[in-house]
Amino acid sequence: MMEWKDTAEVVVVGGGVQGMSVAYNLAKFGVKDVVVLEKGSICSGSTGRCGAGIRAQWGTEMNCRLGLASLNLFEQLEEELGMDVGLNQCGYLMVAYKESEFETLKKSMALQNSLGIKTRVVSREEALEICPGLSADDAVGFTFHERDGHADPFLTTFAYQEAAKRLGVTVHKFTEVTGIRVQGDRIAGVETSKGFISTRAVVNCAGPYAQFIAAMAGVKIPNYSERHEIIITEPVEFGVCPPMLMSFSGNYYIQQRPHGSIIGGCSPEGHPEDFENRGTADFLEHMSRTFVKVLPRTKGIRVVRQWSGMYNMTPDKQPELGETDVKGFYLSTGYSGHGFMFAPISGQLIAEIYTKGTTSIDISMLHYKRFERGELILEPAVV
Amino acid sequence: MSDVIRAGNVCDNEEVENRERGIVICRCEEVTLGEIRDWIERGYDTFDELKRLLRVGMGPCQGRGCREMILREISRMTGRPVAEIPAGTIRPPVKPVKLGILASGGRE
Repeated sequence: MMEWKDTAEVVVVGGGVQGMSVAYNLAKFGVKDVVVLEKGSICSGSTGRCGAGIRAQWGTEMNCRLGLASLNLFEQLEEELGMDVGLNQCGYLMVAYKESEFETLKKSMALQNSLGIKTRVVSREEALEICPGLSADDAVGFTFHERDGHADPFLTTFAYQEAAKRLGVTVHKFTEVTGIRVQGDRIAGVETSKGFISTRAVVNCAGPYAQFIAAMAGVKIPNYSERHEIIITEPVEFGVCPPMLMSFSGNYYIQQRPHGSIIGGCSPEGHPEDFENRGTADFLEHMSRTFVKVLPRTKGIRVVRQWSGMYNMTPDKQPELGETDVKGFYLSTGYSGHGFMFAPISGQLIAEIYTKGTTSIDISMLHYKRFERGELILEPAVV
Repeated sequence: MSDVIRAGNVCDNEEVENRERGIVICRCEEVTLGEIRDWIERGYDTFDELKRLLRVGMGPCQGRGCREMILREISRMTGRPVAEIPAGTIRPPVKPVKLGILASGGRE
Protein backbone atom coordinates (compact mmCIF):
# COMPACT_ATOMS: atom_id res chain seq x y z
CA MET A 1 0.00 0.00 0.00
CA MET A 2 1.46 3.32 -1.02
CA GLU A 3 1.60 6.14 1.51
CA TRP A 4 -1.16 8.76 1.20
CA LYS A 5 0.03 12.28 0.52
CA ASP A 6 -2.43 15.15 0.60
CA THR A 7 -0.64 17.26 -1.98
CA ALA A 8 0.54 16.51 -5.50
CA GLU A 9 1.88 18.52 -8.40
CA VAL A 10 -0.26 16.58 -10.88
CA VAL A 11 -3.12 14.14 -10.26
CA VAL A 12 -3.87 11.70 -13.08
CA VAL A 13 -7.39 10.25 -13.02
CA GLY A 14 -7.47 6.69 -14.37
CA GLY A 15 -5.21 3.66 -14.01
CA GLY A 16 -5.43 2.42 -17.59
CA VAL A 17 -2.79 2.74 -20.27
CA GLN A 18 -3.53 6.43 -20.87
CA GLY A 19 -3.15 7.34 -17.21
CA MET A 20 0.02 5.30 -16.80
CA SER A 21 1.58 6.68 -19.98
CA VAL A 22 0.74 10.24 -18.92
CA ALA A 23 2.17 9.65 -15.42
CA TYR A 24 5.33 8.03 -16.76
CA ASN A 25 5.93 10.77 -19.32
CA LEU A 26 5.33 13.57 -16.79
CA ALA A 27 7.90 11.98 -14.46
CA LYS A 28 10.30 11.44 -17.36
CA PHE A 29 9.96 15.15 -18.21
CA GLY A 30 10.99 15.95 -14.63
CA VAL A 31 7.65 16.52 -12.90
CA LYS A 32 7.79 15.51 -9.22
CA ASP A 33 4.86 14.33 -7.12
CA VAL A 34 2.65 12.75 -9.77
CA VAL A 35 -0.24 10.73 -8.30
CA VAL A 36 -2.41 8.29 -10.27
CA LEU A 37 -5.91 7.52 -8.95
CA GLU A 38 -7.81 4.43 -10.11
CA LYS A 39 -11.23 3.49 -8.78
CA GLY A 40 -10.78 -0.25 -9.42
CA SER A 41 -7.70 -2.40 -9.94
CA ILE A 42 -5.02 -1.37 -12.43
CA CYS A 43 -6.00 -1.93 -16.06
CA SER A 44 -9.58 -2.89 -15.12
CA GLY A 45 -11.35 -0.49 -17.50
CA SER A 46 -11.25 -0.12 -21.26
CA THR A 47 -7.52 -0.82 -21.68
CA GLY A 48 -7.71 -4.33 -20.28
CA ARG A 49 -10.75 -5.09 -22.42
CA CYS A 50 -9.49 -3.78 -25.75
CA GLY A 51 -8.65 -5.60 -28.98
CA ALA A 52 -4.91 -4.83 -28.63
CA GLY A 53 -4.42 -3.63 -32.21
CA ILE A 54 -1.98 -0.86 -33.11
CA ARG A 55 -1.96 0.75 -36.55
CA ALA A 56 -1.05 3.71 -38.69
CA GLN A 57 -3.64 2.90 -41.42
CA TRP A 58 -6.01 5.75 -40.66
CA GLY A 59 -8.31 7.95 -42.68
CA THR A 60 -7.47 11.40 -41.25
CA GLU A 61 -4.12 13.13 -41.22
CA MET A 62 -4.33 13.67 -37.46
CA ASN A 63 -4.88 10.00 -36.68
CA CYS A 64 -2.19 8.94 -39.18
CA ARG A 65 0.31 11.22 -37.43
CA LEU A 66 -0.69 9.98 -33.95
CA GLY A 67 -0.71 6.35 -35.13
CA LEU A 68 2.72 6.60 -36.75
CA ALA A 69 4.25 8.43 -33.78
CA SER A 70 2.87 5.73 -31.47
CA LEU A 71 4.22 2.94 -33.68
CA ASN A 72 7.65 4.57 -33.52
CA LEU A 73 7.40 4.64 -29.72
CA PHE A 74 6.02 1.08 -29.44
CA GLU A 75 9.05 -0.16 -31.40
CA GLN A 76 11.37 1.04 -28.64
CA LEU A 77 9.05 0.69 -25.65
CA GLU A 78 10.43 -2.55 -24.24
CA GLU A 79 13.90 -1.03 -24.12
CA GLU A 80 12.68 2.25 -22.67
CA LEU A 81 10.43 0.78 -19.97
CA GLY A 82 12.52 -2.30 -19.19
CA MET A 83 9.66 -4.75 -19.57
CA ASP A 84 8.19 -6.82 -22.39
CA VAL A 85 5.08 -5.20 -23.91
CA GLY A 86 4.16 -8.10 -26.21
CA LEU A 87 4.75 -6.17 -29.43
CA ASN A 88 4.02 -8.16 -32.57
CA GLN A 89 4.23 -6.26 -35.86
CA CYS A 90 2.34 -8.70 -38.01
CA GLY A 91 0.69 -6.03 -40.16
CA TYR A 92 -2.95 -5.06 -40.62
CA LEU A 93 -4.60 -6.60 -43.67
CA MET A 94 -7.61 -4.44 -44.53
CA VAL A 95 -10.33 -6.24 -46.49
CA ALA A 96 -12.80 -4.32 -48.70
CA TYR A 97 -16.01 -6.01 -49.82
CA LYS A 98 -17.40 -3.10 -51.85
CA GLU A 99 -15.84 -1.03 -54.63
CA SER A 100 -16.66 2.20 -52.78
CA GLU A 101 -14.99 0.84 -49.68
CA PHE A 102 -11.87 -0.11 -51.65
CA GLU A 103 -11.79 3.44 -53.10
CA THR A 104 -11.88 4.85 -49.55
CA LEU A 105 -9.05 2.52 -48.50
CA LYS A 106 -6.98 3.64 -51.48
CA LYS A 107 -7.67 7.31 -50.72
CA SER A 108 -6.56 6.73 -47.12
CA MET A 109 -3.50 4.90 -48.44
CA ALA A 110 -2.48 7.92 -50.55
CA LEU A 111 -2.76 10.10 -47.43
CA GLN A 112 -0.78 7.56 -45.39
CA ASN A 113 1.94 7.29 -48.05
CA SER A 114 2.29 11.09 -48.13
CA LEU A 115 3.04 10.97 -44.38
CA GLY A 116 5.63 8.19 -44.63
CA ILE A 117 3.34 5.26 -43.81
CA LYS A 118 4.16 2.54 -46.31
CA THR A 119 0.73 1.04 -46.81
CA ARG A 120 0.23 -0.74 -50.14
CA VAL A 121 -2.50 -2.44 -52.12
CA VAL A 122 -1.99 -6.20 -52.22
CA SER A 123 -3.45 -8.65 -54.72
CA ARG A 124 -5.72 -11.52 -53.70
CA GLU A 125 -2.78 -13.92 -54.20
CA GLU A 126 -0.57 -11.88 -51.90
CA ALA A 127 -3.37 -11.48 -49.36
CA LEU A 128 -3.57 -15.28 -49.25
CA GLU A 129 0.19 -15.47 -48.73
CA ILE A 130 -0.06 -12.99 -45.85
CA CYS A 131 -3.02 -14.85 -44.40
CA PRO A 132 -3.16 -18.46 -45.64
CA GLY A 133 -6.62 -19.93 -45.21
CA LEU A 134 -8.40 -16.60 -45.58
CA SER A 135 -11.71 -17.07 -47.37
CA ALA A 136 -12.23 -13.88 -49.30
CA ASP A 137 -13.80 -14.77 -52.66
CA ASP A 138 -16.30 -11.98 -52.02
CA ALA A 139 -13.61 -9.36 -51.26
CA VAL A 140 -12.79 -6.75 -53.92
CA GLY A 141 -9.47 -5.46 -52.61
CA PHE A 142 -6.91 -5.36 -49.81
CA THR A 143 -4.41 -2.94 -48.30
CA PHE A 144 -1.55 -3.91 -46.00
CA HIS A 145 0.87 -2.07 -43.71
CA GLU A 146 3.50 -4.33 -42.27
CA ARG A 147 4.49 -2.15 -39.30
CA ASP A 148 0.95 -2.31 -37.87
CA GLY A 149 0.12 -5.15 -35.51
CA HIS A 150 -0.63 -5.52 -31.85
CA ALA A 151 0.85 -5.30 -28.38
CA ASP A 152 -0.26 -6.61 -25.00
CA PRO A 153 -2.45 -3.95 -23.35
CA PHE A 154 -1.92 -5.41 -19.88
CA LEU A 155 1.85 -5.69 -20.14
CA THR A 156 2.10 -2.25 -21.73
CA THR A 157 0.11 -0.66 -18.88
CA PHE A 158 2.09 -2.51 -16.21
CA ALA A 159 5.37 -1.66 -17.94
CA TYR A 160 4.42 2.04 -17.82
CA GLN A 161 3.35 1.64 -14.21
CA GLU A 162 6.61 -0.02 -13.13
CA ALA A 163 8.72 2.56 -14.96
CA ALA A 164 6.60 5.40 -13.51
CA LYS A 165 7.00 4.04 -9.98
CA ARG A 166 10.76 3.86 -10.43
CA LEU A 167 10.63 7.59 -11.29
CA GLY A 168 8.72 8.33 -8.10
CA VAL A 169 5.09 8.27 -9.29
CA THR A 170 2.52 7.24 -6.65
CA VAL A 171 -0.36 4.96 -7.70
CA HIS A 172 -3.49 4.56 -5.59
CA LYS A 173 -5.87 1.86 -6.74
CA PHE A 174 -9.37 1.35 -5.32
CA THR A 175 -9.46 5.11 -4.89
CA GLU A 176 -12.41 6.81 -6.57
CA VAL A 177 -12.49 10.46 -7.54
CA THR A 178 -15.69 11.94 -6.09
CA GLY A 179 -15.17 15.61 -6.88
CA ILE A 180 -12.81 18.19 -8.33
CA ARG A 181 -12.32 21.51 -6.58
CA VAL A 182 -11.96 24.56 -8.82
CA GLN A 183 -11.07 28.00 -7.43
CA GLY A 184 -11.69 30.90 -9.77
CA ASP A 185 -10.68 29.55 -13.13
CA ARG A 186 -8.18 26.96 -11.99
CA ILE A 187 -7.86 23.53 -10.40
CA ALA A 188 -7.39 23.50 -6.62
CA GLY A 189 -7.73 19.86 -5.65
CA VAL A 190 -9.31 16.45 -5.99
CA GLU A 191 -11.78 14.83 -3.60
CA THR A 192 -11.52 11.05 -3.39
CA SER A 193 -12.99 8.14 -1.48
CA LYS A 194 -9.75 8.11 0.56
CA GLY A 195 -9.44 11.83 1.21
CA PHE A 196 -8.59 15.19 -0.35
CA ILE A 197 -5.49 15.92 -2.45
CA SER A 198 -4.47 19.51 -2.99
CA THR A 199 -3.15 20.04 -6.54
CA ARG A 200 -3.05 22.62 -9.31
CA ALA A 201 -3.20 20.14 -12.17
CA VAL A 202 -5.47 17.22 -13.06
CA VAL A 203 -5.25 15.05 -16.18
CA ASN A 204 -8.49 13.30 -17.13
CA CYS A 205 -7.62 9.79 -18.37
CA ALA A 206 -10.85 8.23 -17.12
CA GLY A 207 -11.71 6.41 -20.37
CA PRO A 208 -15.42 5.48 -20.35
CA TYR A 209 -16.09 7.83 -17.42
CA ALA A 210 -14.26 10.83 -18.93
CA GLN A 211 -17.43 12.92 -19.31
CA PHE A 212 -18.26 12.54 -15.61
CA ILE A 213 -14.77 13.51 -14.45
CA ALA A 214 -14.83 16.50 -16.82
CA ALA A 215 -18.22 17.59 -15.45
CA MET A 216 -16.76 17.55 -11.91
CA ALA A 217 -14.38 20.29 -13.07
CA GLY A 218 -17.21 22.16 -14.80
CA VAL A 219 -15.99 21.15 -18.27
CA LYS A 220 -18.59 19.86 -20.70
CA ILE A 221 -17.54 17.30 -23.31
CA PRO A 222 -20.00 15.53 -25.63
CA ASN A 223 -18.56 12.05 -25.02
CA TYR A 224 -20.60 8.91 -24.49
CA SER A 225 -19.64 5.29 -23.91
CA GLU A 226 -20.55 2.34 -26.11
CA ARG A 227 -20.29 -1.29 -25.13
CA HIS A 228 -18.28 -3.40 -27.59
CA GLU A 229 -17.95 -7.16 -27.33
CA ILE A 230 -15.12 -9.58 -28.05
CA ILE A 231 -14.25 -13.29 -27.90
CA ILE A 232 -11.02 -15.24 -27.49
CA THR A 233 -10.20 -18.86 -28.31
CA GLU A 234 -7.98 -21.45 -26.73
CA PRO A 235 -4.34 -21.13 -27.78
CA VAL A 236 -3.57 -23.01 -31.00
CA GLU A 237 -0.49 -23.34 -33.15
CA PHE A 238 0.65 -20.00 -34.57
CA GLY A 239 -0.22 -19.23 -38.18
CA VAL A 240 -4.02 -19.54 -38.15
CA CYS A 241 -4.39 -15.77 -38.62
CA PRO A 242 -0.92 -14.20 -38.92
CA PRO A 243 -1.95 -10.56 -39.60
CA MET A 244 -4.62 -8.45 -37.95
CA LEU A 245 -7.54 -8.94 -40.33
CA MET A 246 -9.88 -5.99 -40.42
CA SER A 247 -12.86 -4.90 -42.47
CA PHE A 248 -15.13 -1.91 -42.02
CA SER A 249 -18.03 -3.18 -44.16
CA GLY A 250 -17.36 -6.79 -43.13
CA ASN A 251 -17.45 -5.37 -39.63
CA TYR A 252 -14.76 -7.43 -37.93
CA TYR A 253 -11.25 -7.55 -36.63
CA ILE A 254 -9.54 -10.87 -35.97
CA GLN A 255 -5.97 -11.54 -34.85
CA GLN A 256 -3.92 -14.29 -33.30
CA ARG A 257 -1.87 -13.35 -30.25
CA PRO A 258 1.76 -14.54 -30.19
CA HIS A 259 0.59 -16.73 -27.34
CA GLY A 260 -1.70 -18.66 -29.74
CA SER A 261 -5.18 -17.48 -28.76
CA ILE A 262 -7.28 -15.88 -31.48
CA ILE A 263 -9.23 -12.78 -30.57
CA GLY A 264 -12.05 -11.18 -32.54
CA GLY A 265 -14.64 -8.44 -32.30
CA CYS A 266 -17.23 -6.66 -34.41
CA SER A 267 -20.31 -4.46 -34.31
CA PRO A 268 -23.31 -6.74 -34.87
CA GLU A 269 -26.30 -4.52 -34.14
CA GLY A 270 -25.19 -1.21 -32.77
CA HIS A 271 -23.84 -0.86 -29.28
CA PRO A 272 -25.74 -0.36 -26.06
CA GLU A 273 -24.86 2.96 -24.45
CA ASP A 274 -24.49 1.69 -20.92
CA PHE A 275 -21.73 0.91 -18.48
CA GLU A 276 -22.30 -2.80 -18.06
CA ASN A 277 -19.29 -4.78 -19.14
CA ARG A 278 -21.11 -8.00 -19.92
CA GLY A 279 -21.24 -10.33 -22.89
CA THR A 280 -24.31 -11.50 -24.80
CA ALA A 281 -25.21 -14.83 -26.40
CA ASP A 282 -26.22 -13.02 -29.62
CA PHE A 283 -22.75 -11.61 -30.04
CA LEU A 284 -21.10 -14.96 -29.33
CA GLU A 285 -23.10 -16.60 -32.11
CA HIS A 286 -22.69 -13.68 -34.53
CA MET A 287 -18.91 -13.45 -34.05
CA SER A 288 -18.50 -17.22 -34.33
CA ARG A 289 -20.26 -17.09 -37.70
CA THR A 290 -17.88 -14.33 -38.84
CA PHE A 291 -14.85 -16.38 -37.75
CA VAL A 292 -15.98 -19.48 -39.61
CA LYS A 293 -16.87 -17.48 -42.74
CA VAL A 294 -13.61 -15.52 -42.92
CA LEU A 295 -11.31 -18.28 -41.61
CA PRO A 296 -13.11 -21.60 -42.20
CA ARG A 297 -10.37 -23.61 -40.54
CA THR A 298 -11.17 -22.08 -37.16
CA LYS A 299 -14.40 -24.11 -36.89
CA GLY A 300 -12.83 -26.75 -34.66
CA ILE A 301 -11.15 -24.21 -32.35
CA ARG A 302 -12.84 -23.56 -29.02
CA VAL A 303 -13.95 -20.21 -27.60
CA VAL A 304 -12.78 -19.96 -23.99
CA ARG A 305 -14.02 -16.54 -23.01
CA GLN A 306 -16.11 -13.57 -24.03
CA TRP A 307 -16.25 -10.11 -22.51
CA SER A 308 -16.98 -6.52 -23.35
CA GLY A 309 -15.52 -3.08 -22.82
CA MET A 310 -16.40 0.49 -23.57
CA TYR A 311 -15.38 2.83 -26.35
CA ASN A 312 -15.52 6.43 -25.13
CA MET A 313 -16.93 8.07 -28.25
CA THR A 314 -16.77 11.64 -29.50
CA PRO A 315 -18.91 13.05 -32.35
CA ASP A 316 -16.01 12.78 -34.83
CA LYS A 317 -14.39 9.66 -33.32
CA GLN A 318 -11.17 11.51 -32.55
CA PRO A 319 -9.88 12.34 -29.08
CA GLU A 320 -9.83 15.50 -27.02
CA LEU A 321 -6.23 16.22 -26.13
CA GLY A 322 -4.91 19.27 -24.31
CA GLU A 323 -5.72 21.85 -21.64
CA THR A 324 -9.23 23.20 -21.07
CA ASP A 325 -10.68 26.59 -20.12
CA VAL A 326 -10.27 25.51 -16.49
CA LYS A 327 -6.56 26.14 -15.96
CA GLY A 328 -4.69 23.04 -14.91
CA PHE A 329 -7.41 20.68 -16.18
CA TYR A 330 -6.19 18.54 -19.06
CA LEU A 331 -8.01 16.03 -21.24
CA SER A 332 -6.69 12.83 -22.80
CA THR A 333 -10.13 11.46 -23.56
CA GLY A 334 -12.59 10.30 -26.20
CA TYR A 335 -10.33 7.91 -28.09
CA SER A 336 -13.38 6.16 -29.58
CA GLY A 337 -11.87 2.69 -29.30
CA HIS A 338 -8.22 3.58 -29.97
CA GLY A 339 -6.89 4.79 -26.65
CA PHE A 340 -4.52 1.88 -26.27
CA MET A 341 -2.72 2.32 -29.58
CA PHE A 342 -2.38 6.10 -29.15
CA ALA A 343 -1.25 5.97 -25.50
CA PRO A 344 2.51 6.14 -26.09
CA ILE A 345 2.22 9.41 -28.04
CA SER A 346 -0.65 10.98 -26.08
CA GLY A 347 1.19 10.55 -22.77
CA GLN A 348 4.20 12.27 -24.29
CA LEU A 349 2.08 15.09 -25.74
CA ILE A 350 0.38 15.79 -22.39
CA ALA A 351 3.82 15.92 -20.73
CA GLU A 352 5.03 18.33 -23.43
CA ILE A 353 2.00 20.61 -22.99
CA TYR A 354 2.38 20.59 -19.20
CA THR A 355 6.11 21.20 -19.05
CA LYS A 356 6.74 23.32 -22.16
CA GLY A 357 3.40 24.58 -23.40
CA THR A 358 4.22 23.41 -26.93
CA THR A 359 3.95 20.02 -28.62
CA SER A 360 6.06 18.08 -31.12
CA ILE A 361 2.91 17.35 -33.18
CA ASP A 362 0.38 20.12 -33.84
CA ILE A 363 -2.70 18.92 -31.98
CA SER A 364 -4.62 22.22 -31.88
CA MET A 365 -7.40 20.62 -33.93
CA LEU A 366 -7.99 18.10 -31.12
CA HIS A 367 -9.09 20.91 -28.80
CA TYR A 368 -12.36 20.00 -27.06
CA LYS A 369 -14.07 23.21 -28.17
CA ARG A 370 -14.03 22.03 -31.80
CA PHE A 371 -17.45 20.45 -31.30
CA GLU A 372 -18.99 23.79 -30.24
CA ARG A 373 -17.35 25.46 -33.21
CA GLY A 374 -18.54 22.75 -35.57
CA GLU A 375 -14.96 21.90 -36.63
CA LEU A 376 -15.29 18.15 -36.71
CA ILE A 377 -12.60 15.99 -38.32
CA LEU A 378 -14.53 12.83 -39.05
CA GLU A 379 -12.56 9.57 -38.97
CA PRO A 380 -14.01 7.00 -41.40
CA ALA A 381 -11.76 4.09 -40.39
CA VAL A 382 -13.33 2.75 -37.18
CA VAL A 383 -14.68 -0.74 -36.35
CA MET B 1 2.23 -33.04 8.14
CA SER B 2 5.18 -32.15 5.90
CA ASP B 3 7.05 -28.85 5.97
CA VAL B 4 5.69 -27.94 2.57
CA ILE B 5 2.05 -28.21 3.59
CA ARG B 6 2.58 -26.41 6.88
CA ALA B 7 4.38 -23.72 4.95
CA GLY B 8 1.04 -22.84 3.38
CA ASN B 9 0.26 -21.03 6.61
CA VAL B 10 3.57 -19.65 7.77
CA CYS B 11 6.64 -19.85 5.59
CA ASP B 12 9.75 -18.60 7.30
CA ASN B 13 12.03 -21.42 6.26
CA GLU B 14 14.23 -20.44 3.33
CA GLU B 15 14.73 -23.99 2.13
CA VAL B 16 10.98 -24.65 2.07
CA GLU B 17 10.34 -21.30 0.42
CA ASN B 18 12.82 -22.12 -2.35
CA ARG B 19 11.36 -25.58 -2.85
CA GLU B 20 7.84 -24.16 -3.11
CA ARG B 21 8.80 -21.53 -5.68
CA GLY B 22 8.91 -24.09 -8.46
CA ILE B 23 5.40 -25.44 -7.85
CA VAL B 24 3.20 -24.86 -10.91
CA ILE B 25 0.00 -23.15 -9.72
CA CYS B 26 -1.64 -22.35 -13.07
CA ARG B 27 -1.29 -25.48 -15.15
CA CYS B 28 -2.86 -24.03 -18.32
CA GLU B 29 -0.28 -21.24 -18.54
CA GLU B 30 2.49 -22.91 -16.50
CA VAL B 31 2.88 -20.16 -13.91
CA THR B 32 4.81 -20.99 -10.75
CA LEU B 33 4.22 -20.04 -7.13
CA GLY B 34 7.54 -18.17 -7.18
CA GLU B 35 6.42 -15.85 -9.99
CA ILE B 36 3.09 -15.25 -8.28
CA ARG B 37 4.77 -14.42 -4.95
CA ASP B 38 7.22 -12.02 -6.62
CA TRP B 39 4.41 -10.00 -8.21
CA ILE B 40 2.19 -9.98 -5.10
CA GLU B 41 5.25 -8.59 -3.31
CA ARG B 42 5.38 -5.78 -5.88
CA GLY B 43 1.76 -4.77 -5.24
CA TYR B 44 -0.14 -6.93 -7.73
CA ASP B 45 -2.39 -8.17 -4.98
CA THR B 46 -5.71 -8.91 -6.68
CA PHE B 47 -6.54 -11.99 -8.73
CA ASP B 48 -7.37 -9.89 -11.79
CA GLU B 49 -4.08 -8.00 -11.78
CA LEU B 50 -2.12 -11.27 -11.55
CA LYS B 51 -4.30 -12.65 -14.33
CA ARG B 52 -3.57 -9.66 -16.56
CA LEU B 53 0.14 -9.85 -15.87
CA LEU B 54 0.82 -13.59 -15.80
CA ARG B 55 -2.23 -14.97 -17.66
CA VAL B 56 -3.21 -17.14 -14.68
CA GLY B 57 -6.82 -18.21 -15.17
CA MET B 58 -6.89 -17.27 -18.86
CA GLY B 59 -6.38 -20.80 -20.18
CA PRO B 60 -8.91 -23.51 -21.00
CA CYS B 61 -9.78 -24.15 -17.33
CA GLN B 62 -10.53 -20.43 -16.77
CA GLY B 63 -9.08 -20.41 -13.27
CA ARG B 64 -10.85 -23.47 -11.91
CA GLY B 65 -7.50 -24.95 -10.95
CA CYS B 66 -5.66 -21.91 -9.63
CA ARG B 67 -8.07 -19.23 -8.42
CA GLU B 68 -8.51 -20.51 -4.87
CA MET B 69 -4.79 -21.17 -4.41
CA ILE B 70 -3.86 -17.71 -5.66
CA LEU B 71 -6.45 -16.00 -3.46
CA ARG B 72 -5.08 -17.88 -0.45
CA GLU B 73 -1.55 -16.83 -1.36
CA ILE B 74 -2.60 -13.16 -1.65
CA SER B 75 -4.33 -13.49 1.72
CA ARG B 76 -1.27 -15.05 3.32
CA MET B 77 1.08 -12.38 2.02
CA THR B 78 -1.10 -9.31 2.61
CA GLY B 79 -2.71 -10.42 5.86
CA ARG B 80 -6.21 -9.75 4.53
CA PRO B 81 -8.91 -12.41 4.78
CA VAL B 82 -9.71 -14.21 1.49
CA ALA B 83 -13.26 -12.81 1.57
CA GLU B 84 -11.90 -9.26 1.30
CA ILE B 85 -9.75 -9.93 -1.77
CA PRO B 86 -11.45 -9.23 -5.10
CA ALA B 87 -11.85 -12.72 -6.58
CA GLY B 88 -12.05 -11.65 -10.22
CA THR B 89 -14.78 -12.13 -12.79
CA ILE B 90 -15.76 -15.52 -14.17
CA ARG B 91 -16.77 -15.10 -17.81
CA PRO B 92 -18.90 -17.12 -20.21
CA PRO B 93 -18.90 -19.60 -21.83
CA VAL B 94 -18.73 -21.89 -18.80
CA LYS B 95 -16.67 -24.38 -20.77
CA PRO B 96 -14.85 -24.06 -24.09
CA VAL B 97 -17.14 -24.46 -27.13
CA LYS B 98 -16.08 -24.94 -30.77
CA LEU B 99 -16.58 -21.94 -33.07
CA GLY B 100 -18.22 -24.24 -35.63
CA ILE B 101 -20.88 -25.33 -33.14
CA LEU B 102 -21.60 -21.75 -32.05
CA ALA B 103 -21.71 -20.59 -35.69
CA SER B 104 -24.33 -23.16 -36.62
CA GLY B 105 -26.58 -22.28 -33.70
CA GLY B 106 -25.73 -25.41 -31.72
CA ARG B 107 -25.59 -27.96 -34.56
CA GLU B 108 -22.21 -29.40 -35.47
